[in-house]
Amino acid sequence: MTGQSGEHRAESAPILTIRGLHKVFRGNPILKGVDLSLREGEIACLIGSSGAGKSTILRCINFLERPDAGEITVFGTPLCWQAGECVQIAPERTVQAARARMPMVFQHFNLFSHRTVMENVMEGQVVVLRRSKAEARARARDCLARVGLLDRSDFYPRQLSGGQQQRVAIARALAMSPSLILFDEPTSALDPELVQGVQSVIRDLSAEGMSMLIVTHEMRFVRSIAQTVHFCEGGRIAESAPVSEIFGSDAHERIRAFMEVTHG
Amino acid sequence: MYNFFFHEVPEHLPFLLQGALVTIELSLISMALGMVLGFCVAVGRMAASRLVRWPLDAVVEVVRDTPLIVQLLLIYFALPEIGIVLNAFWAGIAGLTLNLAAYLSEVFRAAILAVDSGQRQAAVSLGMSRIAVYRRVIIPQAALASLPTLGGYFIALLKDCSLVSFISVNELLRHATIVISDTFDSMNTYIMVAIIYFIMSFASARVIRYIELRLTPSDRRQTISVPLTMDKEGAR
Ligand SMILES: Nc1ncnc2c1ncn2[C@@H]1O[C@H](COP(=O)(O)OP(=O)(O)O)[C@@H](O)[C@H]1O
Ligand SMILES: [Mg+2]
Repeated sequence: MTGQSGEHRAESAPILTIRGLHKVFRGNPILKGVDLSLREGEIACLIGSSGAGKSTILRCINFLERPDAGEITVFGTPLCWQAGECVQIAPERTVQAARARMPMVFQHFNLFSHRTVMENVMEGQVVVLRRSKAEARARARDCLARVGLLDRSDFYPRQLSGGQQQRVAIARALAMSPSLILFDEPTSALDPELVQGVQSVIRDLSAEGMSMLIVTHEMRFVRSIAQTVHFCEGGRIAESAPVSEIFGSDAHERIRAFMEVTHG
Repeated sequence: MYNFFFHEVPEHLPFLLQGALVTIELSLISMALGMVLGFCVAVGRMAASRLVRWPLDAVVEVVRDTPLIVQLLLIYFALPEIGIVLNAFWAGIAGLTLNLAAYLSEVFRAAILAVDSGQRQAAVSLGMSRIAVYRRVIIPQAALASLPTLGGYFIALLKDCSLVSFISVNELLRHATIVISDTFDSMNTYIMVAIIYFIMSFASARVIRYIELRLTPSDRRQTISVPLTMDKEGAR
């Protein structure tokens, strides 16, 4: 099971390390010292109640938000670090290169509405990775086939269902040949009957050893895919534990209490 | 009695058309420059720094709150006093461009802000540079959204060009005045001028509509139905 593969990968080096991450929005401290790390090939789920700051953590990792304090290191490259009182930020180029290796999949898909499905999946490859059109198209076909939407290549996003759009968004991320994919509630905006399709695409990725950090409320999904669970509360990671411990024992009261309250 | 059948005027038609050609030149050059300047001003007005924002806001406000004709007269007659001498044609271009840019900066700003911020973030999260995000995601969508409005502004501009006859640019209306001083046939000449303006505006509207259709992704072609002709919205 996934729990075991998590253990045998436990030796691999961390590809993401966060220490003491702080973020303040308009005077409100939202993140108050987040510590989190992720190993290569690891699949971690980030859970917690709405407004706890889960999206903000992902957005800071991806540098869509600028952290106010703390350290973030990805793939051995520091993106920000503490120099005395001040937080130092890596040069824009470094940040961009890191983003290309850890694309994000958003709750609301955010496909480029003026481009076809095929163009959406080619875009980052051509513009950021400077692949040739032919190369990008070949890779895009491959990725679209993996999410089962090759036959929709020439459609525009608005012609697809939410579930299909999210699968295209996953293909768009996958096309970057990423080292890590960040998911922010990938199925929350979907009608219930479309959730399965997206989840099974993500599960396929896990079988291929893709590193993923997934924000989600779907506990059954967490159980089936995660190796590690991080529980976010009060602007911190209140508890982190291997998934087997959480679903298996009486330890980790706070996570279990949270799960019982929100998901019966 | 007036003679409504132009037996005097057609003789002067080539001269009027010469003027119309200058009107077209003025419009096209001012439109091109006005779009570039208007876009830069729009981006500048969204800049983080107040040092950039405030002066631009002020200039746009002044330009919008004074009549174009006064701006043209100032550029042509007053700027030489401080050592900036432009000939009539380029003074006209300068005035028209400045005026258009002020209005278009608002149009572009609204269009840029209307682009779905989620798509902007998606582009950023793929590792695109700020410039790439603009070039690949924001500008194509903002351009499409502002095209109908741009069309309205272009037609207004075409007609506004008649104002530069006041600073002695030899465009259509000024040529008409010259013809009239020669023939004393104001009625037929002005009818002719009106017809020429109408044809130019009408043709422009068709061309703009065509461009708009070409640029619209095929999934939305049927949904666009913006009447361009005689669109008063573009006018001040
Ligand atoms: N751009 C922002 N400006 C102001 N407040 C924000 C912004 N983004 C998030 N917040 C606030 O930060 C808190 C955490 O938000 P978020 O990270 O989206 O939570 P979660 O994803 O766990 O539901 C919320 O209270 C939200 O209102
Ligand atoms: Mg969220």
